[in-house]
Amino acid sequence: MKVVVPVKQVANLDDEFELDDDGTGVDPDSVEWELNEWDTFSVEAALQLAEAGDGTEVVVVSVGDEEADEGLLACLAKGADRAVRIWDDGLEGADALAVARVLAAAVERESPDLVLCGVQSSDAVAGATGVALAAHLGLPRVAVVNKLDYDAASSTATVERELEGGLVEVLRVRCPALLTIQTGINEPRYATLRAIKQARDKPLEVVELAALALDGAAVAQAAGARTRALRHHEKGEGAEMIDGSAADVAGRIAEIVKERMSG
Amino acid sequence: MSGVLVIAETRRGELRDVSLELVTAAMDVNDPAGGRLTVAVIDGSPEAHAQALGANGVDEVVTVTSPVEHFEAHVAQRAVEALIDELDPTLIVCGHTIDALGFGPAVAAARGLGFASDVTRIAWDGGPIASRGAYGDKLQAELDFPGRERVLLLVRAGAFEPASGGGGASVRALDVDLGDAVRTEHVDFVEVGAGDVDITKADFLLSIGRGIEDKDNIPQFEELADKMGATLSVSRPIVDAGWMSNARQVGQSGKTVKPKVYLALGISGAVQHLAGMQKADTIIAVNTDPEAPIFTVAHYGAVTDLFEVADELEQHF
Repeated sequence: MKVVVPVKQVANLDDEFELDDDGTGVDPDSVEWELNEWDTFSVEAALQLAEAGDGTEVVVVSVGDEEADEGLLACLAKGADRAVRIWDDGLEGADALAVARVLAAAVERESPDLVLCGVQSSDAVAGATGVALAAHLGLPRVAVVNKLDYDAASSTATVERELEGGLVEVLRVRCPALLTIQTGINEPRYATLRAIKQARDKPLEVVELAALALDGAAVAQAAGARTRALRHHEKGEGAEMIDGSAADVAGRIAEIVKERMSG
Repeated sequence: MSGVLVIAETRRGELRDVSLELVTAAMDVNDPAGGRLTVAVIDGSPEAHAQALGANGVDEVVTVTSPVEHFEAHVAQRAVEALIDELDPTLIVCGHTIDALGFGPAVAAARGLGFASDVTRIAWDGGPIASRGAYGDKLQAELDFPGRERVLLLVRAGAFEPASGGGGASVRALDVDLGDAVRTEHVDFVEVGAGDVDITKADFLLSIGRGIEDKDNIPQFEELADKMGATLSVSRPIVDAGWMSNARQVGQSGKTVKPKVYLALGISGAVQHLAGMQKADTIIAVNTDPEAPIFTVAHYGAVTDLFEVADELEQHF
C-alpha cells in the first residue's frame, strides 16, 4: 500500500511585519516558515497506517522552494519513506487551485492507495487544495475527517466527517481515495534528534515542472484568484485597547465584567 | 452568461441557516452580475425546502433530487456542474461550510472557475471582488479573478444577515442524472460533545486557548472561572490536545455562544473560533500578539501576558 501526504511549509508572520511595496504581499524578512499544523496530523495518520500494515510506503510531497525542505525533512525524520518537492519560481504566490494542479501531476506518478491532506493551511486557510486535488485525480474524497479506520482486506476506509456544532457523520469510502484530515484526529509524534540527522539520508527528490509535463502557463491557468490588495483589518467598532501593567489591565477587565454582569 | 446561482444547504431534513445568508450575499452583487438570482437546493427531498428559499429578491428556486437522502459531496459536485450548464451563471455562491468544502473546490478545479473560500464580503468592479483573510487572518486580502468569466465563492457562515422570506420566486425541478455520482456510503450521524455543562446557557464565559501552554495550567483557570462566577470554555486546540472535553469547545465545530461577557485568554481567534463567539455582547481579549485576529471582534483588548493578568484578576473577585 502507498500513502501520499501533500504537506506545506506555511508562513507565520512576526508580531511586527511590513507589507511589500505593491501592497499585495508581506516583506519576506518578517516571515518565519513552519510545517502546517494540519499536515502534522495527516502525516501522523499516514505513519499509523504504515505501522499497522506490512510494506506500506509513506511519501510526502510539497510544492515549495528550499524553505519546504525543512518541513519535508521533519516528515522523513518522523518516519516517512520518501519526499518529493516540486518547484519553479513561477509558483511564487500560487493559490490553492494552482497548487492542486501541480500536486495532481506529482501524485499521479505515485498511483497511491490513499492521499491524506490537511484540511487547510494555517496561513491561506483556503480548505480547498485537497478537494481540488481529488477532482483532478478523479478520486473519491471526504473532507474534514476526524477519525479514520482503514480496512486493508476490502481497501475501504470508514471515516468520521466533522460537521458543525458537535455533529459527525460516519461514512465509508472505497480506496483509492483522498481524505482531508482535521486536527485532533491523533497525537502527532515528535522526531528524535537522531532521527532528524538520519532523515538527511532518506530520498528527497526535487522535481521541476517540466518533468511533470507542466509549465508556468498551465499553472497560472489553474489559479483561482489574484490578490490585488492586502490591508490591515479594521478593528472592531468601539474597540478599546487597555494599556498599562498587568494589574491595570486586570483592574479594568474586572470593572467591565462587573458592570456588564450586573446590567 | 449572467446572474448569480446560490447553492442552499440542508442537513437531516432541515434547511441550514447559511442558505438565506448566501441569498443576502448574492443580492449585494446581483445587479451587476446580470440581475437574475437563482437558488438551488440539492437534497433527497428538495421540494420540502423550496418555499422557504423563495426569499425576497430570489427569482427562481431550482430543485435537484439526490439519489441519496443525505448530503453526498460527489452528488453535489455533479448537480452543481449540471446547474452551471443549465443556468450559465456568472457567479456561484456556496457556504464556506464543511459540506461545501467537500464539493466547491472540486467544481472550481474541474471547470476552471475563479475561486475563493472563506469570503466575508463580495463587491463588484467589472467582475466579482472577494474579501477574505490572509496570513492566518492577520491581514485582509482583496481578490479579483482576471480572465475568469465565471467565479465560485465559498462565503463564511454568519458573515451576512439572512434574507427575509416571502418572495414570489417560481419553483422548478431540474432533472439531473445523479445515479452513478454517489461515491461514499452514509453510515450514521453521531452527536458528540454532550457533557455536564452547557456553555451556550452561560452569561459569562471565561475562555482559554493555546496561550495557556500546558495542561497543568488548566486548574488555575478553573479556579479563576469559579471565583469570577464564569463558566470555563475553550478553543479548539485545548480539545484537540485532550485537555478538556468537546462539550466546552466554542467555535464552528463546537458550540455557538452568545454570553453577556466573553473573556478570551490566550485565544488568537482562528476564523472557526470567531464564528462561534463573535455575537457575544461584550468581548474582552488578552493576547500577547497584537495582530491576533481576535482583536478584530473584541470590544476590549489587552496585549499582555495572560498569566500575569489572571493572577491579578483573582484579587478582584
